Amino acid sequence: MPDWKKEISRRLAGLKLAPSRESEIVEELAQHLDDRYQELLADGTSDIDAERLTIAELSENELFRELQRVERKTPPEPIVIGTNRKINMVADIWKDLRFGIRMLLKRPGFTAIAIVTLALGIGASTAIFSAVNPILFESLPYPDASQIVTISDDFGTTDSSIGMTFGTYQELVQRSRSFTAIAVARPWQPAMTGSAEPERLEGQRVSASYFQVLGVSPVLGLNFNSADDRLNGPNLVIISEGLWQRRFNGESAIVGRQVTLNGNSFTVIGVMPRAFENVLSPKAEVWTLLQYDSSLPSFEGREWGRHLRMIGRLKPGVGTEQARSELNTIARTRLPEFPRPPHASLDSGMLLTSLQDQVTRGVKPALISVLGAVVLLLLIACVNVTNLLLARGANRSGEFAMRIALGAGRNRMIRQLLTESLLLAMMGGALGLLLAEFGVRALVTLSPIELPRMMGVGVNGTVFTFALGITTLIGLGVGLIPALHASRGDLNIKLQQSSRRTAGGHQWMRRTLVIAEVSLALVLLVGAGLLFRSLSRLFAIDPGFDTSQLLTMQVQASGTRFDDEKTHRFFAQSLETIRQLPGVSAAAFSSQLPLSGELDDGYGVHFESSTDKPEDNRGAFRYAVSPGYLETMAIALRRGRFLNADDTANTPPVVLISESLARSKFQDQDPIGQRLRLGSNDGPWSTIVGVVGDVKQTSLTVSQANAVYMTTDQWRLFADRALWLVVRTRGEPGELAPAIRQAIWSVDKDQPIVRVATMDQRLTSSAAERRFALILFEAFGFVAVVLVAVGLYGVLSSSVAERTRELGVRLALGAQKRDVLYLILRQGLALTLAGVSTGLLASWAVTRLLTNLLYGVSATDPLVFGGVASLLIVVALLACYLPARRAMKVDPLVILRYE
Amino acid sequence: MLDREMKKGSAELLILTLVETRPRHGYEISKLIEARSEGVLRFNVASLYPLLYRLEKRGWIKGRWIEKAGQRRRRFYRLTVEGKKVLAAQRNTWHEFVEAINRITTVENA
Repeated sequence: MPDWKKEISRRLAGLKLAPSRESEIVEELAQHLDDRYQELLADGTSDIDAERLTIAELSENELFRELQRVERKTPPEPIVIGTNRKINMVADIWKDLRFGIRMLLKRPGFTAIAIVTLALGIGASTAIFSAVNPILFESLPYPDASQIVTISDDFGTTDSSIGMTFGTYQELVQRSRSFTAIAVARPWQPAMTGSAEPERLEGQRVSASYFQVLGVSPVLGLNFNSADDRLNGPNLVIISEGLWQRRFNGESAIVGRQVTLNGNSFTVIGVMPRAFENVLSPKAEVWTLLQYDSSLPSFEGREWGRHLRMIGRLKPGVGTEQARSELNTIARTRLPEFPRPPHASLDSGMLLTSLQDQVTRGVKPALISVLGAVVLLLLIACVNVTNLLLARGANRSGEFAMRIALGAGRNRMIRQLLTESLLLAMMGGALGLLLAEFGVRALVTLSPIELPRMMGVGVNGTVFTFALGITTLIGLGVGLIPALHASRGDLNIKLQQSSRRTAGGHQWMRRTLVIAEVSLALVLLVGAGLLFRSLSRLFAIDPGFDTSQLLTMQVQASGTRFDDEKTHRFFAQSLETIRQLPGVSAAAFSSQLPLSGELDDGYGVHFESSTDKPEDNRGAFRYAVSPGYLETMAIALRRGRFLNADDTANTPPVVLISESLARSKFQDQDPIGQRLRLGSNDGPWSTIVGVVGDVKQTSLTVSQANAVYMTTDQWRLFADRALWLVVRTRGEPGELAPAIRQAIWSVDKDQPIVRVATMDQRLTSSAAERRFALILFEAFGFVAVVLVAVGLYGVLSSSVAERTRELGVRLALGAQKRDVLYLILRQGLALTLAGVSTGLLASWAVTRLLTNLLYGVSATDPLVFGGVASLLIVVALLACYLPARRAMKVDPLVILRYE
Repeated sequence: MLDREMKKGSAELLILTLVETRPRHGYEISKLIEARSEGVLRFNVASLYPLLYRLEKRGWIKGRWIEKAGQRRRRFYRLTVEGKKVLAAQRNTWHEFVEAINRITTVENA
C-alpha cells in the first residue's frame, strides 16, 4: 500500500500547522485517498495507474493554496492547552494561575499536606529570622551605633562581669582623646510612692553623658547637664515614654513635675522617646544622675567600688584598635594626679568591645545554632513537598502526555508546573507568616532568656521581605525537578496505561530525596541530643551550696531616713521576724547572691604576710552577710569556724575565705590566723577564722570562686542598702513568699521587695541560653521526625501501589503474606539505613559548630549519635508498617484477573 | 465542463444539501456529487476538503470522528442549526437566480 500520509504531509509542510491539526487533516485525507485507490483497483485499474491517479487527486499546489486560505484564519481555541505561540504574556500567566488553582483544588488532600508542610518550614524560619535579625544583622538603634563601645579591664576572660569604678571613669574622661563622650551607669531601683500604689521601678543611675554616648535625646524636656552631676546636686530624673503614659497618663505638664522616689522629691526634666531602646538595661524606665563625689575622697568609698558599666562613643574616624591602644597607654602610665587603689590599678590593660557585640554575645551562639536548625527543618519540608509533587506528577502523567500530544511546548509545561508550585509556596508562605507571628510572640514571652533587642523583634518589613524571598525560592526549587521530570517523556509510553518504565524513573528520584530527608532529620536530632546531654551535665555541676527549698529575694532599705545604723536595725529586725515564721528552718541576709545574674561585687584582697607586691592583688567577691548565711546556704566549712553573732562592730574584724583563695595564696599551709584587707589599702586588718567551700557565683560554668565573707556589722566601708534574703523552708519555698513579705513589711511597710524566686528557678535561668536552644531544637526535631515519617510513608505507599502486580504474582506463586510484609519493610529499612548513615557522617562534620553551646559533651558523642540513629530507625519502621500491611492485603486473584 | 467560478459558487450549496439528511464523510460526499450530477461535477481532494473545513469554520457544518465497529475511525460531517438556516437562504437565492437566468435566456432564445 502506498504511503499516502507521506505525500500529504509533504504538501502540508509549508503550512506550519499545529501538530494536532496537521495529523487530523493527514488522517482524513489519507482515508479518502485510500478509498479512491481501492475503488480504482476494483474497477480494474493497474496498481501503478491507480496510484498515479490517486496521487493526482492531491494536485501539486492547489491543496496547499486552498488550505492556506482556510487554515490561516484560525481563531484561537477557547482553551489553550499549550501552543507555542506567544499571544499575550499576561493572559498566559493568568490562565496558568487559574489552571493551577483548579488543579490544586482537585486534590485537596495533597494540596493541604503540601501547604501545611511548607507553612511549618517557612513559619519556623521566619520566626527565627525575626528574632535573629535585630541581634545578628541589624545594628543597634542608635546613630552611628558602630562607634559605641564598652570599656572594661582586660582580665583575659570574656566572661568578666566585674564592674568599673567611678575613679577610673574620671581619669579616662580627662586623659583620653579618643572619645566624644564616656559614660558610666549602674542599676537603680527606686520606690515610687505617692498617690497611687507604691511601685518599685527599674532604672539607672548614670553620668550626665550617658544619653550623649548613645546619641539619643529626650523627646520632651532636656537632657542631663554635667554641671548637675556633682555630690549633693539637684534631684533630677528623666523618665521613659512608657512610664509617662502608664503612671502619669501622658499628662502634658510632665516636665517640671515632682515625683517621690525613695522618699525624696525628684523633678522630672525630660521624657525619652517611645522608640528608645536602652540596651544596657532594657527594662529601665527612670534615670537619675550618679552624683558621686568627684574629689574622690577615699579609696574606701563608693567612688572606688567596682559596680559601674562604662561605655564610650568613639570620635568619628577613630577606630577601636586605635582607641584601645591609647587607653592601654593611659593604663600603663600612672600620673600622680590620678592615684589608683590596687583593686582598680588598670594594670591588666583595657578592653574595648563594640556595644553590639557585648549585648548580643551571650545569646549569639544559641541563636546561630538555632538558625542552623531551622534551615535543616526548612530543607526537610522542601524535600517532602518535592516528593509530594513528584508523586503527583506520576499520577498526572497521562494528563501531561495528552498535553504534549496536543501541542504543548516543553517550556510552556514547565512554566505551568512552576506556576502550580509557586502557588503552593505562596499559600504555604501566607500561612507560615501567620504561624511566624504567633511563633515570635511565643518566643518572646516563653523564652527562658531575655532576648536582647526585644523591641526590635517582630514581624516587620524586613522579615516580611525575607519570608517572601524564601517562599519564592522554595516555590521554584520544589517545583523545578518535578516539572523537568514531567515535561520530558516518551509520548507513546505515557499514553499506555499499564506502563512500567516511568515507575522506575521517578521512584529513583523520590527515594534519593527520602534518604536526604532522613539524613537532615538525623543531624537535627543529634544537635538536640547533644544539647540535652550538655544541660544534664550542667545541672549535675555542684554549685557549692544546697539549692533545694531555698527561697530568695532582694530587700532594699530605701529612703534617706535610713542611715547606717537604721539600715542595720531594719535588716536585723526583719530577720528576727522571718525566723519566727512557721515553715522557715533558716534565714539570712547577704550582700551578694550566687547565680543571681547580677553584676558581681569584687574587690582587691591584700594579705598581710605578703611577699606580694601591690600589683599581685587578687580579686575576690565580697559577701557581707548576717551570721548564719553560710549555714542557711549549706556551704561547707573546711577549716576553722563560721561567722556568728559575736562578730559585731565592736569586736575584732574577722573573715572567712573560700578554699580556692586559700589554696592560691597559702597552698597547703593553714590560713587560719592570717590577716587580710579587702578593698582598701589602710584601715584595720581582718583575721581569717575559717575556710569554706567554693561557690559558683557568676554561672555554673565559670569558675571564679575567690570569695571573702564578713558580717554586715563588720563591713566598714559602707552599709549595703540592698541585701539578698535567703530562706531555707521546710515545705514548698514559693508558698512562703507572701508570709515573708508580710513579715518584712511589718517592720517597715515602705520597703520594696523584688526578684522573688526560688534558687532552683535561678539555677534554671542561669543556663537559659542553652535551654532556649534546646527547646527549639526539640521542637524542630519533633516536626522533622513527623515530616520524615510522612515522607517515608508516602514513598513506600506509592512503591507498593506500583508493585501491586508484582506482589500479586509473588503471592500467587506461593509467597506467604508475611514474606511480602518483610519485603516492603526491608525496602523501607534500606532507605532508612542509607539516610541514617549519610546523616551520621553529616552530623560528625557539622556538630562541631555547636561546641560553643556544649558543655561536658563532645561534638561526636557516640551515645547521642547511636541513640538518635536508633530512634529514627524505629520511627521509620513504624512509618513503613502501614504500607507494608497494605501490601500484605493484595489479593493475587484480583490483580491477575485485571490484567 | 462547468466553469470554475460557477462550480465554486454552488459548491457550498451542494455540500450543505448533501449533509442535510444525514451525516456523511468526505469520500461519501465526493462520490455522491459525482453520482448525482452524472459525472458533470467532480471534486478532487484538493478542492473538496478545504471547502469542508471552511464550512466547518463558519459553523455551518460540524465534523466529528466516529468509530464504527470493525472499521477505522472516519470524520463525519453534519449540518448545524446555523447551517440549516444558511441552506434555506441559499436555496431561495439559487432558485431566484436560476429563475432569473431562465427568464432571460428563454426570452432570448425565443
